[in-house]
Amino acid sequence: MLPSTFDYVAPTSLDEAVQALAAGAGDAKIMAGGQSLLPMMKLRLASPATIIDLNGIAGLDTLEESDGMLRIGALVRHADLERSELIAERYPIIHDAAQRVADPLIRNRGTFCGSLAHGDPAGDWATVALTLGAELHAVGPNGAVVHSALDFQTSMFETQLGMDQILVEARIPVPKAGQGSAYLKIERKVGDYAAAAVGVMIVLDGATITEASIGLTNVGPLTIHAAAAAASLVGKSIDAAAAIEEAGRLAMEASQPSSDLRGAEEYKKDLVRVLTKRAVRKAGARAQGKEA
Amino acid sequence: MSDKVIVTTTVNGEEREATVEPRTLLVQMIRESLHLTGTHIGCDTTSCGTCTVLLDGRPVKSCTILAVQANGRDVLTVEGLEGADGLSPVQEGFQEEHGLHCGYCTPGMMMTVTALLEENPHPSEDEIRKAISGNLCRCTGYVNIIKAVHYAARKREGAAA
Ligand SMILES: Cc1cc2nc3c(=O)[nH]c(=O)nc-3n(C[C@H](O)[C@H](O)[C@H](O)COP(=O)(O)OP(=O)(O)OC[C@H]3O[C@@H](n4cnc5c(N)ncnc54)[C@H](O)[C@@H]3O)c2cc1C
Repeated sequence: MLPSTFDYVAPTSLDEAVQALAAGAGDAKIMAGGQSLLPMMKLRLASPATIIDLNGIAGLDTLEESDGMLRIGALVRHADLERSELIAERYPIIHDAAQRVADPLIRNRGTFCGSLAHGDPAGDWATVALTLGAELHAVGPNGAVVHSALDFQTSMFETQLGMDQILVEARIPVPKAGQGSAYLKIERKVGDYAAAAVGVMIVLDGATITEASIGLTNVGPLTIHAAAAAASLVGKSIDAAAAIEEAGRLAMEASQPSSDLRGAEEYKKDLVRVLTKRAVRKAGARAQGKEA
Repeated sequence: MSDKVIVTTTVNGEEREATVEPRTLLVQMIRESLHLTGTHIGCDTTSCGTCTVLLDGRPVKSCTILAVQANGRDVLTVEGLEGADGLSPVQEGFQEEHGLHCGYCTPGMMMTVTALLEENPHPSEDEIRKAISGNLCRCTGYVNIIKAVHYAARKREGAAA
């Protein structure tokens, strides 16, 4: 299958890319990993007039901590996150998700930022970014813009990112003392999107949960911020089974799945409940250094 | 522009040039312009891994990369596996352990496995299964493919010693 014809632009600087995108006047598309865009173009679900390829721009593959933030540049691939020692040691939720996004071949091309820009509620990274409170740094003709991962998706495949904006990097606060996190995903097979997945981040003071955040993947029209479920955990003990049960129930209430080939609505809701409980416990064990 | 573009790529160690449309996929350039038909097209929807080649050493699906994106880069296809002294350890492993039945997935499978052994010369069965989880085989059930990888790992070790 061939995409429709398009003009191909390979800028070597971000400025050039911004100009090319503005010149494309709504009919140009940025290509990062191409692992969502090209399949859509081959199926003619997308037929942009111009493709602006980011892959020739140096400096977009930053993956490092600086000034209290983890910086994930626009060309950091899923596989870079999967293999990073920094990520394995300090960001277990990212490490978990990196091994479950798509398949190993797609992970060698697809990017973290491209996944966010794609705005797919089935995307794993949107949930991770939301759960960790990422700032999304973009640039457009009028300069730099910062979006929040909490309300980045606006509808299915739509985000806050303007048509003339390029997502340059995601910035995630470095872990606090006592922080633990986890991402649990149920998929039918490798390379499939989640039937349901849950991301959890908690901060513990002793056994007491002082902060919590929960995100849900592919169980509604948007990536879901299960704020009530997370809030219910604050002030509770990580060993309080009833509190974890309640968080699972509230996360389930926040989900809005529909029945499809990946499962019935009731099944997916129950997955959210069970995965939330397991992810909270796992994040807790990690915060206490009891589990890697 | 949507006019044709010249793509210069090192393919299996040799500099090759092709004139293609920007929308040409890497797999099409490899098969139709460079006439290297060992790389197969399977699902053509980024799902099966049959079209796997190594781009700068990393296994990728050549049906989901534009040919122009390989400009100035290094591509290894199944035709490049064989060395001056015959079949590569991976190729020999697939032959010796019957790591194929119909053979359609084999080129992609061998490319993924070649990259795996470069990175991890002694993979466990779990590591092999994980590495090939993006390459679908509908015939063998993977058991002989895993044996083939173990064979190749032993063979490489022998060759290095
Ligand atoms: C078979 C298959 C299975 C998959 N399974 C999963 C899965 O389980 N979980 C999952 O999360 N994903 C999955 N994916 C999607 C994959 O992770 C993609 O890599 C990802 O969604 C998009 O990243 P990309 O870099 O490839 O983006 P591209 O395909 O290059 O772009 C996607 C969209 O984002 C825009 N864009 C990209 N980068 C930027 C930027 N920096 N600034 C502005 N706009 C930008 C593009 O214009 C386009 O609209 C799967 C894909 C396939 C083909």
